[in-house]
Amino acid sequence: MTAFESIVRNPLNRLMFLSTPITFIIYQLQLIKNGSNRMQSKLRRFIQSSFLALLVTSFSSTVLSAPKTLMFSAIPDQDQTQLIKRFAIVADYLSTKLGIPVKYIPVKSYSAAITAFRNNQIQLAWFGGLSGVRARLLVPGSEAIAQGLEDTEFRSYFIAHHSTGLQASKDFPKNISDKTFTFGSKGSTSGRLMPEFFIRENLQKPPNDVFKRVGFSGNHSRTIALVQTGAYQVGATNYKVWEKEMKAGKIDSSKVSVIWKTPAYPDYQWTIRGDVDQFWGEGFKTRVQQALLEIKDPALLKSFPRSGFIKASNNDYQPILETARKIGLID
Amino acid sequence: MENNAPIFQRPSRWKISGLFILIALACLPFADLTINTFDPMAELDRLFSGLLSPSLYPIESPIDALLQTVAFAILGVSSGSVIGFSLAQIFHFRLVRTICALIRAVHELFWALIFLQIFGLHPLTGLLAIGLPYTATFAKVYAEILEEGDRRAFDTIRHSSSFTSAFFYARLPDLWQHFIAYTSYRLECGLRSSTILGFIGLPTLGYYLSSAFLEGQYSEVWALLILFYLLIASIKYWVRPKLLPVYLLISPFIIANDSHISFDNVHRFFTQDIIPLPIRNGQGISELWLWFYNLFINEALPGIVNSLVLTQLALILTGFITLVWFPLISKLFFARFARSIGHFFLVVMRSTPEYILAFILLTLWGPSMLPAIIALALHNGAIIAHLMGHYSDALPLRLDATKGLNRYAYEVVPRIYGQFMAFLFYRWEIILRESAILGILGITTLGFYIDSAIQDIRLDRAMVLIIITALLNVCIDTISRHIRSRLRLSMGPEIISK
Repeated sequence: MTAFESIVRNPLNRLMFLSTPITFIIYQLQLIKNGSNRMQSKLRRFIQSSFLALLVTSFSSTVLSAPKTLMFSAIPDQDQTQLIKRFAIVADYLSTKLGIPVKYIPVKSYSAAITAFRNNQIQLAWFGGLSGVRARLLVPGSEAIAQGLEDTEFRSYFIAHHSTGLQASKDFPKNISDKTFTFGSKGSTSGRLMPEFFIRENLQKPPNDVFKRVGFSGNHSRTIALVQTGAYQVGATNYKVWEKEMKAGKIDSSKVSVIWKTPAYPDYQWTIRGDVDQFWGEGFKTRVQQALLEIKDPALLKSFPRSGFIKASNNDYQPILETARKIGLID
Repeated sequence: MENNAPIFQRPSRWKISGLFILIALACLPFADLTINTFDPMAELDRLFSGLLSPSLYPIESPIDALLQTVAFAILGVSSGSVIGFSLAQIFHFRLVRTICALIRAVHELFWALIFLQIFGLHPLTGLLAIGLPYTATFAKVYAEILEEGDRRAFDTIRHSSSFTSAFFYARLPDLWQHFIAYTSYRLECGLRSSTILGFIGLPTLGYYLSSAFLEGQYSEVWALLILFYLLIASIKYWVRPKLLPVYLLISPFIIANDSHISFDNVHRFFTQDIIPLPIRNGQGISELWLWFYNLFINEALPGIVNSLVLTQLALILTGFITLVWFPLISKLFFARFARSIGHFFLVVMRSTPEYILAFILLTLWGPSMLPAIIALALHNGAIIAHLMGHYSDALPLRLDATKGLNRYAYEVVPRIYGQFMAFLFYRWEIILRESAILGILGITTLGFYIDSAIQDIRLDRAMVLIIITALLNVCIDTISRHIRSRLRLSMGPEIISK
């Protein structure tokens, strides 16, 4: 799409594009009428440049708006410091495979990832179970196309600080009541939705009534860190992140340990918008799916971290949708 | 028998102060003031050992983040000041005043969360999040400056010339300095705002700062904070009227990214997303009432209570901190060298946004109201102490005036107390606005529930809660204005423009 086309097609751009020069001209006429002195010319210079700046913004955003590059993102579920480094290699891989520019867009929250997907600012996303369900509800026609090998049987770990004296058990640890408890992000599946579901199922009460204090750490590695320092006594975290941090030596097992493993549920998946074939040609969706399934390089898989990808479909996530409805996280 | 001697009456300033201290004491039992970390000192230790080895190396693009911070601030503040200036001319209309008050009552972080839903990652999100509330503030303060200014020359010229020329010749030159002073002060605020917007995803310094904090990478945290302080401290060297057009021209290119705005989304936001669920589902008015009632009882009410408790406690602590800190920079108490240390300390304290301070303290002490109260009080206390210190410099003293503690307690504090209260009440509404946003960090003020609603993509609920927050702010602002006029506390354009 050329710059001109996109101005014409996008009403908001059109509005910005036309209104700025008009205001500018009106202002100029006003000034000519009133003559000028030093003060005015100072003010005029200032205002002229602001208008010009606005004009440039609207123009640059218009020109750059043509969606040729495939944008993708991932929910910020763990260590956020190296996001760009982690996912730039994935973008490079997809770009080579698909023969189009692919760019990774970092986001700060689960909801920002969903919003970007909904706004077509990203067309492909590595979502969690809950965020994927939410995104697909908001964007009709979008599809789950691939999931990690581990995602068909995902789990959450309940972890506790050593000072609580809680021990690992096979059954749900009912003695976690009256402790302080932290979830991960508010919109996380393994850090919020499923732990809350099992808490409600086993204790017949919402978390706020079960625990002395309920917090949301923000992401899984943060949950581990907070329980490890004792800021919270108990927490629920993603088992893949736990294993990864354990391997990296970031967990001091004399301070924090797993006390319960939840039953399995479906989690992360790649979701793609339904309208990508219109932009990149017939069969594009299948090509993306194929490219994802063919990721074998351990360096790439480490970014997620998964051992490989398999096909997925929207139906695989029906249990997540039902659980979210039951708890009241989705209307 | 009637006593003719005048009965000793405590001045009303004293009564009001007592009343607010009592309110704060009454709030204490409802405030959660525990320290939750198991070993807070260890974390503190790690934080300060990071100061010894600041490192920008692991951060992906610090220079770009710095440029983004400046570009968003400059574009947001300058568009805000231009539009605010024109609104100030029609600020006598009640409608304009009300709309501006409502816009101002919503913190820029909430605006950013709203615009993030409408425009997504487009730069317009950040631009409007700063520009819109700043426009409303500029309109108000510019109008105040105009009102306090001398109108006589203007009125004379007005008889023989048009409004526009009379305005530019007779009013503007007189007040220009005040406008410039205030606008450059707001530019500093704008840099803080744009930094903080990084915490929710704009590519500014805050973006990396929040990640580094969350992962406990304190070397990076300090490197970024030092970069931020240098940026603020060097404002007077790089913000020059002559350079401003250059900045304005370059900035749009810095903030431009390749995301685009979809008009369908804007349309959908206003026609679907923010429409309450029962209306969207075509249910009746009773369902709507039930929806609102549940939202109000379960989220808004606890949010309001917690926000107010936090605000009142922070307000009193701010007052105490101000009274302790202002002598640090006052000529009446310290010599030049000691004062320069005091200045440095206050500059660091007031340039650190309260959001970042609260973030640091939360990391150290765990989630409770305590870190929020301390953060609000340190930041606001430093701002008022700075103003009070300068104000006290202008006090004329008798030749035989007392020295030291006596001078402080019996001479200076009583004489500046009125001004002190004026500033404190002026900050009251600001503290409330800030306490609401601290909810995003996990303290259960209104911001907590707003953030939860947005994370759940329930924008209808988020909107209702944001409107409640705004109304609460307007209420407090009205009470504060009422008290200030009752106590005849005014600030004058010189002070306003500071």
